[in-house]
Amino acid sequence: MKYSYYPGCSAEATAVGYDVSTRAVCAKLGIELVELPDWNCCGSTSYFSVRELRSFGISARNLAIAQEMGDMDLVTTCNACYTVLAKTNRYMADNAQLRADIVEALHRAGRHYDGNVKVRHLVDVLVNDLGYDAIRERVTKPLTGVRVACYYGCQMTRPMGTFDDPEFPVTLDKLTEVAGATPVDYPCKTKCCGGMLMLTNEQAALRLCFELLKSARDSEADVIIAACPLCEMNVEAYQSRVNKEYGTDFHIPVMYFTQLLGLALGISAKDLALDKQVVPVDSVLAALPA
Amino acid sequence: MSDQHNGNGGNGRGNGRGQREEKIAVYVCHCGTNIGGTVDVPAVVAWAASQPGVTVAREYKYMCSDPGQDLIKNDIKELGITRVVVAACSPTMHEPTFRKAAADAGLNPFLLQMANIREHCSWVTEDPVAATQKAKRILGAQIHRLPFNQALNPIDVQVNQDVLVVGGGIAGIEAALKLAEAGKHVYMVERNPSIGGHMAMFDKTFPTLDCAACILTPKMSALGKHPNITLLAYSEVTHVDGYVGNFTVTVKKKARYVNTDLCTGCGACQEACVVRKVKSEFDQGLGYRSAIYIPFPQAVPLRATIDPENCLTLSRGACKKQSCVAACGPKAIDFDQKDEEVELAVGAIVLATGFELFDCREEPTYGYGRLDNVITSLEFERLSNASGPTGGHIVLKNGETPKSVAILHCVGSRSVNHQEYCSRVCCMYSLKFAHLIKEHLPDTEVWELYIDMRTNGKGYEEFYKRLMDEGVNFIRGRAAEVTDFAMSPEEEGKLIVKAEDTLLGVVRRLPVDMVILSAGLSPQHDAKEVSQIFGFGCSANGFFLERHPKLEPVATVTDGVFICGACQFPKDIPDTVAQAGAAAAGVLTLVNNVSVKIEPTISYIDPEKCSGCHVCVGLCPYAAIRVNAETGAAEVVEAACKGCGVCVAACPSGVPQQRGYLDEQIFAEIEGALVV
Repeated sequence: MKYSYYPGCSAEATAVGYDVSTRAVCAKLGIELVELPDWNCCGSTSYFSVRELRSFGISARNLAIAQEMGDMDLVTTCNACYTVLAKTNRYMADNAQLRADIVEALHRAGRHYDGNVKVRHLVDVLVNDLGYDAIRERVTKPLTGVRVACYYGCQMTRPMGTFDDPEFPVTLDKLTEVAGATPVDYPCKTKCCGGMLMLTNEQAALRLCFELLKSARDSEADVIIAACPLCEMNVEAYQSRVNKEYGTDFHIPVMYFTQLLGLALGISAKDLALDKQVVPVDSVLAALPA
Repeated sequence: MSDQHNGNGGNGRGNGRGQREEKIAVYVCHCGTNIGGTVDVPAVVAWAASQPGVTVAREYKYMCSDPGQDLIKNDIKELGITRVVVAACSPTMHEPTFRKAAADAGLNPFLLQMANIREHCSWVTEDPVAATQKAKRILGAQIHRLPFNQALNPIDVQVNQDVLVVGGGIAGIEAALKLAEAGKHVYMVERNPSIGGHMAMFDKTFPTLDCAACILTPKMSALGKHPNITLLAYSEVTHVDGYVGNFTVTVKKKARYVNTDLCTGCGACQEACVVRKVKSEFDQGLGYRSAIYIPFPQAVPLRATIDPENCLTLSRGACKKQSCVAACGPKAIDFDQKDEEVELAVGAIVLATGFELFDCREEPTYGYGRLDNVITSLEFERLSNASGPTGGHIVLKNGETPKSVAILHCVGSRSVNHQEYCSRVCCMYSLKFAHLIKEHLPDTEVWELYIDMRTNGKGYEEFYKRLMDEGVNFIRGRAAEVTDFAMSPEEEGKLIVKAEDTLLGVVRRLPVDMVILSAGLSPQHDAKEVSQIFGFGCSANGFFLERHPKLEPVATVTDGVFICGACQFPKDIPDTVAQAGAAAAGVLTLVNNVSVKIEPTISYIDPEKCSGCHVCVGLCPYAAIRVNAETGAAEVVEAACKGCGVCVAACPSGVPQQRGYLDEQIFAEIEGALVV
């Protein structure tokens, strides 16, 4: 199993843990990831509202590089990157004029893209290409008794994702079971984390994070797992500000789903960059069998 | 019926071949200005008169009128006309009219052809010159073909007077009773242990609120006792052979493991059975039954059935007590009973196989199956029914009384993700639910969340108005989600329904104790397979396909097979009963004749020329070709053939010929269309 890999900007900054754990888990599971050489920003959801064609061009450049790498699906882990790259494909297929504009822009940069590189979320690859059973076979340290709130975020299964129910996805819950842990009923699993609003309208974003954290606590979750760098950061790093705003005492560990899965696969916390978390994950690590 | 008998001799080749001395009459209709406004009719008539074989060519304002028809009749009698072409509208409009006129004057009706110069010409061609030219070509094709036409006679098929009705819900019950009362013998095949269908589960019926059981069970019991009805419950149709008037139906009678001749329906066995916690299908899983059971007290037939999956003796040969055997006075229990096959001969069939409730798990945001006290509409029917598992008490899972209930409309219906169509009954039954809750629990708040209220039946809008006065809260907005995630102290421990109130323009969070999902109606899961057993198909939405949506709503493309009730599309009880009556009338129209006439424009296979490759046998979509056991040649079952022509095109030796569409007729038509 070989895929081209698009880490996305966050992977080099706020979401180092996601990138590190993704590479470690894939290596363990026999999935070969080949990083795109000289990749750039995915186009970014917010930039689309300002300069649409330019965003598409930036996005398509990554896809053009993936096409040059040969016949491989392109894997990404960030929900936003996933949505933007897949959106570029769909818009190119549906809109002849846009397609011509993008192709011309790429030609000026000395590249070409046909619109055929398949964009995949890592969750999709794990559950559909590899399968739950193949992963379960490699679990050596089941996280028995750990209660997990699976937070999919808003963009993994919609509007571009087709591998799970758009409004009530279950793939991360099943992966959690594969890791030996217990997924809790988490009604907010696809609610918004506030996204970029944390920088422009903090009150609104804090309210959304408060709901996500409260729901996790109501469900008696020990840890929240995320599948998107922005979700992870908002829900984890803003807990103290949420507490100040709402008089709460949240101190809930948040990690990437790849980190949880990595632990079950026997990868060390350090190799999964779990030492970089804002909220310590000691309670989860304590559940690991010796 | 043999060909000779009907006068449709062989493939008829030579009957008309080369007989150019035929006397042809041509009539061109103005159809008011429909044709005459675009086509230069006098020019077409003048041209037609000059064509070889044409004895007379006339025009008339309305050919379909009596004077128009008289023109044809008089010419046949006075001029000795032997072939007629009427250039007018589509043959689906008036071909029967003109063919009858020809027959009245003593001319075989199949020696008359229509030339469609209205739908195919004047209505779709703006330029008068082009339209006139096209009219000549269309007419010329028929003039050239006519010498090759041969006299054909409809085929007579004897009709078996017995009728099969499949499905014992209100639709099937109604159709069966009507037919039995008309003196026909009816076989009623029902898949479940008892007839009654969905209606038997309902509490009250909208908008009059009469109790469903009170109006249904007398009909069930009448059916069970009717001397003209043979009830085959717990049975399924597995195969249908034959054709209109002469169907042979194979029915599998599933083993009940109870001798129904001995069983008296006393119910002592179900009291004695040690397996008592099987979820009752009739009570929608809210109540329990034993492994040996009578589904409900008014079941017809009132006979016990053993469910082999849960019976300890049948599932693992290990029931120590076999207390049912001991309890059964008449010794009716028979663990060795096997499925049986019976063959029925009937002349007509009515399918009334009903619907299934939309599976609410397909709409996961509403939490059905995950959140307690989110229930389906059928579950609520059982909850509020006095004969239901709670004795008619509307209660939560913990036995407490709900203080607030939300009823969510359009679950699975009017949805791009699930069923595009409106299920037609849900608005009304949702209103009925609101009324029943208010009646049982006057202090309970009821919320109806709807997209649009669709109450278009007799007394329906009035019922809606009445409910507004009964203190029910109506919110215009489809529910977005049902969650147990509380955001405020009032929401703790409640189900919260989120919806956009589109009249106020706000997003609402309604904390309630119970949520009823007004699920849409889906086709039966095996509707497609069942329709294929009977030789027709399903619409895009999965329901049985009628022959014509407006004019033949209870007929199917298989002659002699009728449909009624919710198997055709969701409908309420009044509409279902009306359709059942229509289906019964359709059957009676057919079987009250000793024989039926079948169009003779069907396929013929010359046994001398058939090489016996049988490629046509598998290709025939109507199973109308069989192999003659003696000669090995393929032969057409005339009553089953629909004249589609597939065998004609498929035969490597060109043996099958379709009467009325012989090669020389088609070639002559083409030639005729090209001469102008």
